[in-house]
Amino acid sequence: MKLLDCPVIGKRPISEFDYMGEIRIPPVDADEKTWSEYVFNRKGAPCSLREAWYHRPTGRWYVVVRNTVTDEIEAHVDISEVQYELPA
Amino acid sequence: MPWQLLKYGFKRSHDEPRFFPEARPLKKQYDVVIIGGGGHGMACAYYLAKDHGITDVAVLEQGYIGGGNTGRNTTIVRSNYLTPEGVKFYDTSVKLFEDLADDFDLNIFYSTRGHFTLAHTDSALRTMRWRAEVNKHLGVASEVVDLQTLAEEVPYMDLTCAGHSPVLGALYHAPGAVARHDAVAWGYARGAYNRGVELHQKTRVLNIRTEKDEVCGVETDRGFISCRKVISMVAGSTPRITEMVGLSTPIEIYPLQACVTEPVKPFMDTIVVSGSLHVYVSQSSRGELVMGASVDPSVLHSTRSSFDFTEGLADKMLDLFPFVSRLNVMRQWAGMSDITPDFAPIMGTTPIKGFYLDAGWGTWGFKATPVSGKTMAWTLAQERNHELIEPFRLSRFADFDLVGEKGAASVGH
Repeated sequence: MKLLDCPVIGKRPISEFDYMGEIRIPPVDADEKTWSEYVFNRKGAPCSLREAWYHRPTGRWYVVVRNTVTDEIEAHVDISEVQYELPA
Repeated sequence: MPWQLLKYGFKRSHDEPRFFPEARPLKKQYDVVIIGGGGHGMACAYYLAKDHGITDVAVLEQGYIGGGNTGRNTTIVRSNYLTPEGVKFYDTSVKLFEDLADDFDLNIFYSTRGHFTLAHTDSALRTMRWRAEVNKHLGVASEVVDLQTLAEEVPYMDLTCAGHSPVLGALYHAPGAVARHDAVAWGYARGAYNRGVELHQKTRVLNIRTEKDEVCGVETDRGFISCRKVISMVAGSTPRITEMVGLSTPIEIYPLQACVTEPVKPFMDTIVVSGSLHVYVSQSSRGELVMGASVDPSVLHSTRSSFDFTEGLADKMLDLFPFVSRLNVMRQWAGMSDITPDFAPIMGTTPIKGFYLDAGWGTWGFKATPVSGKTMAWTLAQERNHELIEPFRLSRFADFDLVGEKGAASVGH
């Protein structure tokens, strides 16, 4: 993958982006075991991975679904789908 | 040896005996199944047979022996790590490496070169002083050297780094070495085979069968094998195997690329690494410059290599060694490295009885081949973790007891 096609900014070279990894939602009120799983464990096996990319020049965040075997972007994910509320 | 050579010269037929056996049918049952026929898998099989007398072992390899990351690394062997756990572990490995050729009766082209890690910033230099002290304390030769020493030892390097980020000093590690990676895997494989271990190439593991959190067998594309002990030593394919037994781990797969130039006359007798520039280089015994950089930016299960990599690497190489601009890149390739959050491996027992893990070898696996084989063989035989690998156990993440090797992984972390 050399170009990442994003809403608003269009096709941009991948070198302009920072890879922020798998999108994960932290647990609320969890014990230590659950926390350690959230903090460390990852979906390592090949899959369609929901992940975040940060576009440095525009300061925009993008959430995409990428196939981690073929390196193809399968979909853009709306930010409302991955947002979560911080515990009060 | 000369007598052997003379006798060989007078022989009518010059057929060498096969290095590896022809494929045999799989048995229905083994004591131990090793998944992955790379350096680690072969070393484990070898030490299981040699040290512990366990020979009812099958090594299953989906491709060919040493065809994965064993044949894709840049063959550097060193032990100047940052944490005491890491230093002890890799130092045992270096010592095992030094005797390996005699052990195998095979030339593994082990060549002690000396290893310079360049510092371009004050903070890098500070970490190196720290590393040197930890190393010296544990009896590993390691020292911080100044620019004058560097200019004498590596006269062909531009210490101003083309003016971009001048070199301030370096960490020098005298035992740093290179070895022929294929020969290491082959030597272990032959040694294991001669002691009764079965090697099965082109045999893919499809599933691992468990019953009440206990291993009872392995399904392969050549049939089912019943066994009580399975060890996964598959580096970049580790998440596929752990998924079969329902184990989650922190391992993520990032491609790591490397390349070689056309061969030239020997000029470089050391290994040079720059963590800040993301480049490491040594000259192989064939005269090629073997070069590598940091891992690719995003998770990917692929061994494709990219132009971005060669372009980025060449940029950094030319800053340090301007004259290599005339050399052509001959080959480039990628391996899948299994990266852990603390840049240390994951080894030993798991919550599933009979399932052992030797993984998380990221960009530091080749140098650990002998010690990983030896300690994992011990662990399999004793059914508990060897003391050297106790810090690398899988449960360290649940215990928030990480190793913190980040400062010493060679490049790009």
